[in-house]
Amino acid sequence: MDLKKKLFEEIKAVESLSTLSFAKSHSIPHQDVVGALKSLEMVADGFLKTEISQSHSLELTSFGCNLIDNGKSPEFALFKRVEGLQGGVHRKILQDEGLFESFNYAKMLGWVDMDQNQNVISKKEVEEDICLLTLQKLAIDPNLKPSSLILNILLRRKALKKITTKYFIVQKGPNFKFNLKEQVTELTEDMIKRGIWKDLSFKKYNFIGGAVSGGHLHPLLKVRAQYREKFLEMGFTEMPTNQFVESSFWNFDALFQPQKHPARDAHDTFFLADPAYCSKLPEDYMQRVKQTHESGGGTGSLGYRCKWSEEEARKNLLRTHTTAVTARMLKNAADMHPFRPVKYFSIDRVFRNETTDSTHLAEFHQVEGVIVDYNLSLGDLIGILHSFFLKLGIASLRFKPAYNPYTEPSMEIFSYHAGLKKWVEVGNSGMFRPEMLEPMGLPSDVRAIAWGLSLERPAMIMYGIDNIRDLVGHKVDLKFIRETPICSI
Amino acid sequence: MPTVGVKRNLLFQALGKTFTDDEFQRLCFEFGLELDEVTTEKQMISKEQGEDSALLAGASEDVIYRIDIPANRYDLLCLEGITLGIRIFQEKIQPPQFKCIKPPPDQIQKMYVKPDTAKVRPHVVAAILRNLHFTQDSYNSFIDLQEKLHQNICRKRTLVSIGTHDLDTVEGPFYYDAKSPSDFKFVPLNQTKECDGNGVMELYSTHAQLKQYLPIIKDSPVYPLVLDSNGVILSLPPIINGDHSKITLKTKNVLIECTATDLTKARVVVDTIVCMFSQYCKEPFTAEAVEVVTADGDSIIYPDLAYRDEVISANTANAIIGIRESPESITKLLNKMCLKSELNAENIKVTIPPTRHDIIHPCDIYEDVAIAFGYNKIPRTLPKTNTIGEQQPVNKLSDLLRAPIAQAGFTEALTFSLCSRDDISTKLGLQSINEVPAVHISNPKTLEFQVCRTTLLPGILKTIAANKKMPLPLKIFEVSDVVIKDATAEVGARNERRICAVNCNKNAGFEVVHGLLDKIMMLLEVPWNPNKTPKGYYLQACEDPTYFPGRCATIICNGNDIGKIGVLHPNVLHKFELTNPCSSVEINIEPFV
Repeated sequence: MDLKKKLFEEIKAVESLSTLSFAKSHSIPHQDVVGALKSLEMVADGFLKTEISQSHSLELTSFGCNLIDNGKSPEFALFKRVEGLQGGVHRKILQDEGLFESFNYAKMLGWVDMDQNQNVISKKEVEEDICLLTLQKLAIDPNLKPSSLILNILLRRKALKKITTKYFIVQKGPNFKFNLKEQVTELTEDMIKRGIWKDLSFKKYNFIGGAVSGGHLHPLLKVRAQYREKFLEMGFTEMPTNQFVESSFWNFDALFQPQKHPARDAHDTFFLADPAYCSKLPEDYMQRVKQTHESGGGTGSLGYRCKWSEEEARKNLLRTHTTAVTARMLKNAADMHPFRPVKYFSIDRVFRNETTDSTHLAEFHQVEGVIVDYNLSLGDLIGILHSFFLKLGIASLRFKPAYNPYTEPSMEIFSYHAGLKKWVEVGNSGMFRPEMLEPMGLPSDVRAIAWGLSLERPAMIMYGIDNIRDLVGHKVDLKFIRETPICSI
Repeated sequence: MPTVGVKRNLLFQALGKTFTDDEFQRLCFEFGLELDEVTTEKQMISKEQGEDSALLAGASEDVIYRIDIPANRYDLLCLEGITLGIRIFQEKIQPPQFKCIKPPPDQIQKMYVKPDTAKVRPHVVAAILRNLHFTQDSYNSFIDLQEKLHQNICRKRTLVSIGTHDLDTVEGPFYYDAKSPSDFKFVPLNQTKECDGNGVMELYSTHAQLKQYLPIIKDSPVYPLVLDSNGVILSLPPIINGDHSKITLKTKNVLIECTATDLTKARVVVDTIVCMFSQYCKEPFTAEAVEVVTADGDSIIYPDLAYRDEVISANTANAIIGIRESPESITKLLNKMCLKSELNAENIKVTIPPTRHDIIHPCDIYEDVAIAFGYNKIPRTLPKTNTIGEQQPVNKLSDLLRAPIAQAGFTEALTFSLCSRDDISTKLGLQSINEVPAVHISNPKTLEFQVCRTTLLPGILKTIAANKKMPLPLKIFEVSDVVIKDATAEVGARNERRICAVNCNKNAGFEVVHGLLDKIMMLLEVPWNPNKTPKGYYLQACEDPTYFPGRCATIICNGNDIGKIGVLHPNVLHKFELTNPCSSVEINIEPFV
């Protein structure tokens, strides 16, 4: 008969049962009995009524066992050593003999004491070694209750230890049944075919799910999908940003970014050794850009009043922003006659030759939106930014004057972060400078409003990630990819 | 963006008002500045140099505001400029009128430019501040401003470098010359020994701040020098001034010289220093002219301190900003921004002072109207632009394939576009990087950024290597761009959209990635073609060092090679620190767009 059945039969027979005594009387390890009990409990709700309880018992340590073997406790040995000796024995001598360490305990028993000259003397007649006797009795009956003094000494001597055992008091529950059917785990094809499921008893479920097999999309790209969706919902057309290598001309010069601007330092930008230069620049347009840089070129600007070099403009680099592509798209729009208003967006990789840390990588995703139309205003930019960020769940925005070489006016976008309890920068925006638009050939009353932000930063906030390398790159934990929730902005 | 540290008590004293940190932050925000940090000298030192720095003992505990300044506002790079700007913004004071005082021809200080300077650093601009009274604080600010200008507009002294001198220790006329490094000797600032040009290079080769400036002239046959009429060397730009003419707290008359490769910027720098510190002169807001005589014999009077008029239309300002302010109101707003304005019929005449060299176009003036009006008070409107949105076809296709690949049990990785040369060559079993049409970066800071990847495979293998604790099998994919050198492209390179998938398990499981390829082709409606005709796809066995011999094939689709499939070579696995066999497939999806 298996243990579960044995236990069931016993519960049937008695009013109340202790798992501990059941284990003892059947010489079964207690933990096996508890296992069988758990399994019986699963038969039905209220099948059993169990109550947890504790029992304390004493157990001899190996040191305690040794004392029994020696036939003498150290305290008794000390007492015997000094018994009846006039003037006792000096502690030094006892220390050398290895007997002194039990002095405190022997003193607690009232067997010995020490005089002013540090001599240990016996106090009274002692017939029996009560420590040894107690240990011997406990070895036979662990439930014995020794006097508190002796117990205290033996515990402090580490001759004994207290053992606490958790066990269960089991009674029949309200739904107890005297007939225990064989329980099965799974409903099988065979049971259905033969119709035997009706007669079977099924194990209760513990409702713990298993892992789902299958693949998973990357968390950052789930966020990208949502951002793309927002732009598409707002009628923006996606720009062809699949071109990481760009010329300085389109990345900087077309944007009226001066050739001596610090961003064009090798410290900030990845320049290319091969292919080092782009092959051709649009000649007429390049001349207009050159004149605008040098002297304003009829745009009403002073320009930068220093020489503009074509060689500098032909230097290839890894684009530092997707605005390089925007510049190409605006030039295309300018080349269309008549001009038709456009709304563009992109989300793609950009590159910065910066020292990387927990929030900066050498490459990241830039989100960019731009509207080009007649007579756009800063109020339009503020309005569209409110609509865009509202779609991302950000309701309160503030704008700070800022500087950007190719936008004027420029505005940094701040939103209130409830967690950090302060305003944090969430993006940058502005109106493209006339020195950028006019050389392209856009009509002079056409204005362009644009904004940009990084994709990683909001994703890190969304997923509660502190280190950007936990989000992108090869060191990302696949478990994280598997377990991130949907992006529901 | 430059950051300027100013002592809070001096700032409030100059502003004539005390603020809480929050109040000051709000004021900054409106004006376009940002209170970045509230700290003390002591905290700054312990942050930079550690708790046990010896400098801590003498450091002050006065509160310092570190304020972020927009990169084009050189006039706000010191306490004097910030307080001037803010007080005008708050309409507490009117903008000062800066003036260049030109002494009679026989008394004007002259600076003669020698032709050799053209070989190294052709331009010089100069000015004099007369009867200046320095305090320790204003002296410190004077030195700090020069450093901020050097770091920003001067582009680390390459474009412009500033020298300031005690005029009373030297005697004009002055000369701007260039001499061979061994042809001159002087005692550099705060040194005791004389040395020549080569000596200076050696002396500062390990100097924490100055060593970065040495390469600007190091290899030039001649080094630029500013000298007085007795041959005393005032400075060796852009490295160091001479000790002889150094300014001290007691200096009364300051000669400012800026040598440059960019004349426009040198003129801006001299104007800026003069505008910021002439307020401490006996006759405030004035500077004494210096006549620079060029090598061609042209005579130019500096500092410029030029005022320039620009006429703008109130209607355009309103239209660009999206507000409806009267011309009178707009002139008031401009006055708050240091731009003196007056009505001129329908238009507004704006006078741009020498502190505002950032204004180069009317749009800069419109921005100042918007700032003075308050960005956050501008009414929100929506653009009326009506357009129909559209996806980029290659991105649309990528997304249409990513989801089914994940549904097929593969997990998506997102790895870097930049990697080492070895990652795409020797680690993949190739002999050398020369076999790969890769784009090379000329100035990588680390090995991780040497080239653009030409294949997605290394990124996925590194992802698997970093996730060894995960139970097998690992099925990973990525849909991203690689960059291929291509002489026919305008910039000499082009992106290519790829799909790469790897199966890593106890055995290679070639059939797993082959199954994925079949699935992708099914989704793209490309039929399997065992007859190897140009319609459909098939596998053509091939040898490739990345793959195990006899376990690799080229994927031919509609007659074109679109990628490779195979079992990775154990040597490749070893180089990526992998111990389990892997099979991979990588294809170009651009033909299907």
